[in-house]
Amino acid sequence: MSLHSANEGKYAIEARNMSIYYGTFRAVKQVNLAIERQKITALIGPSGCGKSTVLRSFNRMNDLVASARVEGEILFHGQNLYAPSVDAVEVRRRIGMVFQKPNPFPKSIYENIAFGPRVNGWKGSKSEMDELVERSLRGAALWDEVKDKLHESGLALSGGQQQRLCIARALAVQPEVILMDEPCSALDPISTLKVEELMMELRKDYTIIIVTHSMQQASRASDNTAFFLMDPEDRAGTLIEYGPTNELFMAPKDKRTEEYITGRFG
Amino acid sequence: MNDPTPKSAQPSIGYLPQGFEIERNIAARRLQGTLWRNLFVSSLLIGILALLVLIGTIVNDAFGYVALANKVDPANLASQPLKELSKEELVAILQANISQGLFRRLENDQPFTERSQENVLELVYERVVQQQVIESYDLWESLTQREAIEQELTSQNPKAKLEFRSWLNWGFLSRSMASKAEFSGVRNALLGSLWMIAITVVVAFPLGVGAALYLEEYSSGSRISRMIETNINNLAGVPSIIYGMLGLAIFVRALGFFTSGSFLGLSDSNGRTIISAALTMALLILPLIIINAREAIRAVPLSLRQASYGLGATKWQTIWHHVLPQALPGILTGTILGISRAMGETAPLIVVGAATYIVTDPSSIFSKFTALPIQIYYWASQPQEEFRRVAAAAIIVLLIALLSLNTVAIVLRNRFRRSL
Repeated sequence: MSLHSANEGKYAIEARNMSIYYGTFRAVKQVNLAIERQKITALIGPSGCGKSTVLRSFNRMNDLVASARVEGEILFHGQNLYAPSVDAVEVRRRIGMVFQKPNPFPKSIYENIAFGPRVNGWKGSKSEMDELVERSLRGAALWDEVKDKLHESGLALSGGQQQRLCIARALAVQPEVILMDEPCSALDPISTLKVEELMMELRKDYTIIIVTHSMQQASRASDNTAFFLMDPEDRAGTLIEYGPTNELFMAPKDKRTEEYITGRFG
Repeated sequence: MNDPTPKSAQPSIGYLPQGFEIERNIAARRLQGTLWRNLFVSSLLIGILALLVLIGTIVNDAFGYVALANKVDPANLASQPLKELSKEELVAILQANISQGLFRRLENDQPFTERSQENVLELVYERVVQQQVIESYDLWESLTQREAIEQELTSQNPKAKLEFRSWLNWGFLSRSMASKAEFSGVRNALLGSLWMIAITVVVAFPLGVGAALYLEEYSSGSRISRMIETNINNLAGVPSIIYGMLGLAIFVRALGFFTSGSFLGLSDSNGRTIISAALTMALLILPLIIINAREAIRAVPLSLRQASYGLGATKWQTIWHHVLPQALPGILTGTILGISRAMGETAPLIVVGAATYIVTDPSSIFSKFTALPIQIYYWASQPQEEFRRVAAAAIIVLLIALLSLNTVAIVLRNRFRRSL
């Protein structure tokens, strides 16, 4: 398979005519979305508009739901992620994910980070793993807070620290894209701010796609924004508008976008 | 305020208590709760009472006075009390008073040079003095009617000696089966039970966890999986005697060549061995282990699996590193239940053919054997009262063995839980 081809185009992920089904129900219809490399792309919209479903389809997390099915194409390095020759495990290894609720493993902080590399065939010495753990934690701006308690349980950290631990854990397997599914919805404002600062930092090396309920967050911390809405006729999520964040917020082209971002519905 | 009738022509919306009525209403509702609470407390008390009666009956039977009579007066054997004699003198007495054949057999069982003084003393009592329990009393009688017992004894058996006896003693634990209650012991039965449980767990645990993992992780939600689940739930309710019949047909008869050990050249001719019984018990507790393991695996939060998959772990890596460790405490709970069940089951053992009278220790998985519940069943059905006392003592041994096994499993489980 060719997820390795040196296709260094402008876009990291391109969805073409993508529809997602749960059984016979079409949850998302006809989405065309090109995610720019090393940018933060925010997916916004009211509940039930399919934005999380879209995000999960990018690293084939939807495969875990037996009835889920994707039509159309999602291109990554020019290769359709849903082609029969592509292994979902490799997709998830290359496209990492951070979840809505912080979900560290019930193990030590160190083991939380080391797990990803180990299961992915990492080879190296103990000191190299120490180095990898430190670098991942530094990458997630967590090192200074936890460097003295690496062997304590990850569950003993605060919610915000746990979420940054999950980001560090994702960084440790060196993905190209990081998907974030409402990463701050369970966090207080200060922790939220830290995660947002971290995202800005990570943008230098990674492509980030974030689902958020907070329009402030989208406008503060993203480069591009995609606005989704449920089609009232068939209840399928639809991409309404997609563009640079400041254009979308300052001068929305679609009336529905304007109504949503000004808080008139949703 | 207390006027319930609506003033306008609006449709009625019913009537909520007002003023004093609120207090009355609350008091009535609280009374209702108190009544239920008392009902629950009394059911708990009834349960505790039943348990106490059970333990009381067993303890009552296992301790008490015994009237001992000697066939041969120890004073005729030696000038000093037998207890104070040395081992050599006791051996000499033994040799002089029993047949050559019996002496040689005892020597064969264990050479006299290796036996202890207590052991030889016991043999002298058993073989020469032939001390016998001619009457036994339960604990309650012993404590409350001592005078009456003594009077009765002196009038009927002036030679007999009254002695307080704990039927549960070291001798009981270390002796094997005998034809007289006072010389009987549970060593064979206890060892047989432990051998059987060990093999049962070794067989049933991996099979049960494996089946549960497959059903829960690999074929979850499919029609066949649901059908199998229903059937496993039903199997858990099948009477144990049926499992006994199954074990008899399959392990003892059909696979007798293997379960008897004759495929290894062992001389045993039939399959009524520890391995047959253990495999039958494993079948019996498999549904229990599978059901509990499935529950435990199902309870592993989705977020944990997602986190693992999200990092590029394969299904097996996710199961091995996260699902299994997280589910292990629950799986062990099921195993504890299974062990308790297997330890106490009697019916399948009778059918599979555990021996009731056996004097040798089990030495391999192809040994003939007996088990604690079988011994208890056998003793309890004997006509002599003394065997009832022995049965009670064996019940105490069974309960202690059960509690110890469960304690080990619970400690293990808690350790796993803490390491999470």
